[in-house]
Amino acid sequence: MKLVDEYRDSDVVARLAAGIRRTATRPWTLMEICGGQTHSIVKNGLEALLPPGIELVHGPGCPVCVTPAELIDAAVAMAARPEVIFTSYGDMLRVPGARGRAAHGPAALMDARAAGADVRVVYSALDAVQIAAANPGRQVVFFAVGFETTAPGHALAVVQAAALGLDNFSILMAHVLVPPAIDALLGSPECRVQALLAPGHVCTIEGSAEYARLSARWKVPIVVTGFEPVDLMEGILMAVRQLEAGQARLENQYSRAVRAGGNAAARAAVERVFEVTDRPWRGLGMIAGSGLALRPAYRKFDAVARFGAGPEPVQDDGACISGLILQGLKKPRECPAFATLCTPEQPLGAPMVSSEGACAAYYHYGRKV
Amino acid sequence: MSEDASTLGGLACPRPSEGGGQIVLAHGGGMRMTQKLLEEVFYPAFGNVALAARHDGAALETAAGRLAFTTDSYVVRPLFFPGGSIGELAVYGTVNDLAMCGARALALSAGFILEEGLSIDTLKRVVAAMSEAAARAGVPIVTGDTKVVERGKGDGVYINTSGIGVVQGAAILPSRIEPGDAILVSGDLGAHGIAILAAREQLGVQTDLKSDAAPLWEPVEALLKAGLDIHCLRDLTRGGLAAAANELASTRGLDIELDEPSIPVRDEVRAACELLGFDPLYMACEGRFCVFLPEAQAEQATSILRACAVSAGAVRAGRVTDEARFGVIIRNRYGSSHVLDLPSGEQLPRIC
Amino acid sequence: MCLAVPGRVVEIEGDDPAFLCGRVDFSGVRREVSFAFTPEAQPGDYVLVHAGFALTVVDQEEALLTLEELRRLGEAVDASPEPLDEATAS
Repeated sequence: MKLVDEYRDSDVVARLAAGIRRTATRPWTLMEICGGQTHSIVKNGLEALLPPGIELVHGPGCPVCVTPAELIDAAVAMAARPEVIFTSYGDMLRVPGARGRAAHGPAALMDARAAGADVRVVYSALDAVQIAAANPGRQVVFFAVGFETTAPGHALAVVQAAALGLDNFSILMAHVLVPPAIDALLGSPECRVQALLAPGHVCTIEGSAEYARLSARWKVPIVVTGFEPVDLMEGILMAVRQLEAGQARLENQYSRAVRAGGNAAARAAVERVFEVTDRPWRGLGMIAGSGLALRPAYRKFDAVARFGAGPEPVQDDGACISGLILQGLKKPRECPAFATLCTPEQPLGAPMVSSEGACAAYYHYGRKV
Repeated sequence: MSEDASTLGGLACPRPSEGGGQIVLAHGGGMRMTQKLLEEVFYPAFGNVALAARHDGAALETAAGRLAFTTDSYVVRPLFFPGGSIGELAVYGTVNDLAMCGARALALSAGFILEEGLSIDTLKRVVAAMSEAAARAGVPIVTGDTKVVERGKGDGVYINTSGIGVVQGAAILPSRIEPGDAILVSGDLGAHGIAILAAREQLGVQTDLKSDAAPLWEPVEALLKAGLDIHCLRDLTRGGLAAAANELASTRGLDIELDEPSIPVRDEVRAACELLGFDPLYMACEGRFCVFLPEAQAEQATSILRACAVSAGAVRAGRVTDEARFGVIIRNRYGSSHVLDLPSGEQLPRIC
Repeated sequence: MCLAVPGRVVEIEGDDPAFLCGRVDFSGVRREVSFAFTPEAQPGDYVLVHAGFALTVVDQEEALLTLEELRRLGEAVDASPEPLDEATAS
């Protein structure tokens, strides 16, 4: 595949690995923010190509992992309504809420489907709008999960639904924003991270200005990085070069896709439909200004406003230490429940079933061979 | 406020997100949950020597020689897709299971469960497809049965075919796999899985790709006639190469090492997998199989396979180790290896 | 958020910007994609597609330049790091 295969070239990866080995004179701790980057690093075994002192710590960039358990419970409750067609990206289907486990009912959307709910996987939010247009007698709910990369598409879905005059389409808002989480992370006294690889696709939308501010505020190198092995290795090399030189600024490795100004049209759509709000992150707690909500003009498309918030929130406790995993304070293998009590078939929390979750990545690809 | 559970006193019994007492779709996925269902429900009830071999068909010793006997049921949506239909699958699937036992198919039975409301024209199309497939595979359908269920109780048509054949030559079984054996794959992966996905239309993916559904006796016969010491054959169906390799590694109790760069995947399959977040190693095939045989015969076997149209893309894909630690290991182009395990059920499209 | 794949723009149509859409080809696999956020895209361009949306037009020249650099990395092995293109840094 053009513009993909070139970035998987093993010779270039080897050159970059050699470059990192030549450049690093002491240990450094880097964090890749995005779960997709974690997935690629673990699946491709890239850490094994790095010199021993370079440690990669995995960040909280998994929107699936950080969706509050009570939102999943609300989703399951909405899906159970006979009039509802519940649409979602496939990523969310296996993630357990809290209520289901406690009450021995359906814990995840996949279980709700097995119990008879009309749950449909879609590839795009616009597909959900089409389903609503084609099924005027049913209520279509779309589970709007994601970071800044996905928000513009969700905003457009709402704009399209409004333009089509649909009264049977609503979205369950589960959006989170990356920079407040990075502030919380870098501001934590236990944080060992010395440089960041910023999420490349988020930055195609947002541009790099916010990350330049974060770099200056926390005095850490930040490299906007892509997702293929060549991208990740080059991002790491750029970060290590800065660290070795005592620099702390923003660089853009993903220059074929990211421009400093990002995508203004996409941001305008988000600005039009959504507003910033406080949002709890599963495992991490409330982070101010880290979520999105529908603006009053579009509030009628809010699924919670339409159907209610669902059952009383249930304490989402148990052995899951996803908070520590998402902050990079513990690796999945350090969790006592990893691969024993907690497996993809019987997950205790989200990071074990999200395709981007650090625990899932380690479980599927990270066992030492 | 951090919600981390640094004290593990609250070890709640996790309610599995995998059915908890009900059949769920993943039980039919050919992956880990299917295996679990077989191990927990069926094998204990039906236990016998033939079943214990855990192969595609049962080998039965009779006065007439060694017979292979197999059965399969076909539930496909949509019924018709590029490159085939439920009809071809119902014939080739069973013919191929017999071939994997080293047996030429002698005869098939066909049982139909029809849903009230199914158009007879549709049924005629399915049956015509079966007739053509049976002719291509050189096997008669000699007996059958038909039942009808109420509207809403079936997906149009379900088909069960059973097949009987004569094993030519030595037994071909997972138990015959030896450390050091070479593993060949008969061609590129995943065309059937992607063709079906595209035909279902829910994900909006369009392609000219056709299913790889095909009968596999011809290349198997060629291997046997060449006098090669075939230890095991396994056709790749649901769950793809990953599922087949995991089943065999588990049944035989030896690790399998696969070499990812060697494994062929055509461009459209690769692209569709990239778009939806799938792994081609788990995508269904319906006309592909793998061969386990002594290393010394691998090259000759590959040549023989390549001379047959249906296995023209045959390659060497890996080897059997002498250990039993991980199941299936796959080595990537960067020299790293990871365990290629069996997921619980279907792959789901993802955006993250 | 993360899974975005580059594909070649086949055609785009529509007057209303919110409904601007077209087809993108990924090595023979095609899908309808919204171009609401990349109205400047032209047939033949490569766009990065995520969840049914074209997020950005890929800068193929930039891609080629950096790949050429990377393929030569390590050929002239010297102690001092080569400065990389910082034109897009803030």
